[in-house]
Amino acid sequence: MKFVNEYRDPELGRKLLDRIHKRSRKHTRLMEFCGGHTVAIFKHGLRQLLPDNIEMLSGPGCPVCVTAIADLDRAIALARLPGVIITSFGDMVRVPGSHSSLQQVKAEGADVRIVYSVQDALAIARENPDKHIIFIGIGFETTAPTVAASILQAEEEGINNYYVLSLHKICPPIMKALLDLGEVRLSGIICPGHVSTIIGSHPYQFIPDEYGIACAVSGFEPLDMLLAVDMLVNQIETEQPGVEIAYRRGVKPEGNTQAVRLMETVFEVADANWRGIGVVPLSGLQPRAPYDKYDAEKKFEIDPGPTNEPRGCICGSILRGVSTPLDCRLFGTKCTPEHPVGPCMVSAEGSCATYYHYGDDNV
Amino acid sequence: MCLAIPALIKSIEGQQAEADIEGVSRQISLQLTPEAKVGDYVLLHTGYAISIIDPAEAAETLKLLKELSEAS
Repeated sequence: MKFVNEYRDPELGRKLLDRIHKRSRKHTRLMEFCGGHTVAIFKHGLRQLLPDNIEMLSGPGCPVCVTAIADLDRAIALARLPGVIITSFGDMVRVPGSHSSLQQVKAEGADVRIVYSVQDALAIARENPDKHIIFIGIGFETTAPTVAASILQAEEEGINNYYVLSLHKICPPIMKALLDLGEVRLSGIICPGHVSTIIGSHPYQFIPDEYGIACAVSGFEPLDMLLAVDMLVNQIETEQPGVEIAYRRGVKPEGNTQAVRLMETVFEVADANWRGIGVVPLSGLQPRAPYDKYDAEKKFEIDPGPTNEPRGCICGSILRGVSTPLDCRLFGTKCTPEHPVGPCMVSAEGSCATYYHYGDDNV
Repeated sequence: MCLAIPALIKSIEGQQAEADIEGVSRQISLQLTPEAKVGDYVLLHTGYAISIIDPAEAAETLKLLKELSEAS
C-alpha cells in the first residue's frame, strides 16, 4: 500500500535502531499515548529492539477503554427503551457494563446495530423514520469531527430521528491530568498520530514548556515510530524538550482547520468521566445549542441505576500507566479476548488485548 | 480506534467521493477535506477523509530517514 510499505523497510529500521542505541544514554521512560501505537510497537517487536535504558509505557489512548462504566450503563439503558435503534462501533458492544452489555441486551431483544461509520447510522435513520436512532459517540478528536459532520448533515437533510450519546473525549486535558497526578515520571511522550491530524501539534506545546517533557507526534508504521523515538532521544539527551512531528505526511502543525471548525460548530467542551481516572474538567465534548436537539442525553429519560465495577479488574491503573496487564490477576485466565472482564481486553487496541495477542517477554 | 488508512480518490460528486483502497472501492465523505481532488491520497477514518496526504512531506520524511540512518 502506497504511503505504508515505504515506512516498513527493515534495513532502514535496523540502521535507525543502531543510531538510537548509540545516542541514547539516559534512563528514558516514554509513554505512547495512543492504543494504535501500542499495537504497532508490539506487532513489530520494537520494545525488544530498543535499548534497555528506554522503557515504554502504554497510555490511555483507547476510546473504548476510557469509557466510564456509568456511561456504558447509560448506553445500555437507552438500548432498552422502546422504539430505539442503537448504532455503535463494534468493540463498544462487547464491553461489560455494571450488569449487562450492549451485546447482551441485543440478545434479549433490543435493536443494537454495529456500524463502520456514522454515515451508516444516518442511513439507518433515513430508512427507519418511525424509530429513534441513537449513535453511541465514542472517540477522540479523530472521530468527533465525523460525528459533528453527521449532525450537520442530519440538520441539512431534516432528519429528525437521529441522536448522539456524546462520550467524546479530547486528548490534551487528559495528558495534563495524568502529568498532574504525578504517578508516573515520564521523559517523553509519543503523541497520537490521527488525533494530531485534526488538532495539529501546537496543543502539546504546554508539555515541554510547563513539564519539561519531550514530545513527538508519530505515525503508525515501524519507521514512523523509530523516527519519533529518535527525535525524543535527541530532545532528552540534549535536554531541549519540544514538540516535533515524525508523521509529516499526515500531520500539519496547524492540523485540519476545516475539521476543527465543524467540531467546534457542533460541540462545546464539557467535563468528561474517564475510566480509572474520574471526571476530568473540560476533557469531553457535548452538542451545543442549537445542535443539542440531537443530544440523546437531553432527549431521553433513563435511570441506569448504580454502577458496579468488575471485581479484580485493574484497567483503571493500566490506563494511567501505573500498572501493566501482567500485574492483573485476571489477565489471561479469567479475562481473555473471548471472555473479557474489562474494556482493555475488549478493544483491539486495548493494552490487555495487545499483551494477550502479541505477548511481551521484555517486561 | 483512531485508525486511518490511505485511500485514493477516483471520482467526486458533491461531498461524496469514490475511493480506492488497495483495489477495494468505497464511498467516502469529503466533508472534512472539501479541497480534496481526484488523484489525491487521503487518510480515511470511519468513512471520512480526515486529511489529504502530502506527497512532498512523505518524500521528505523518507529522505530524512535515509540521512539519519547513514549518519549513525
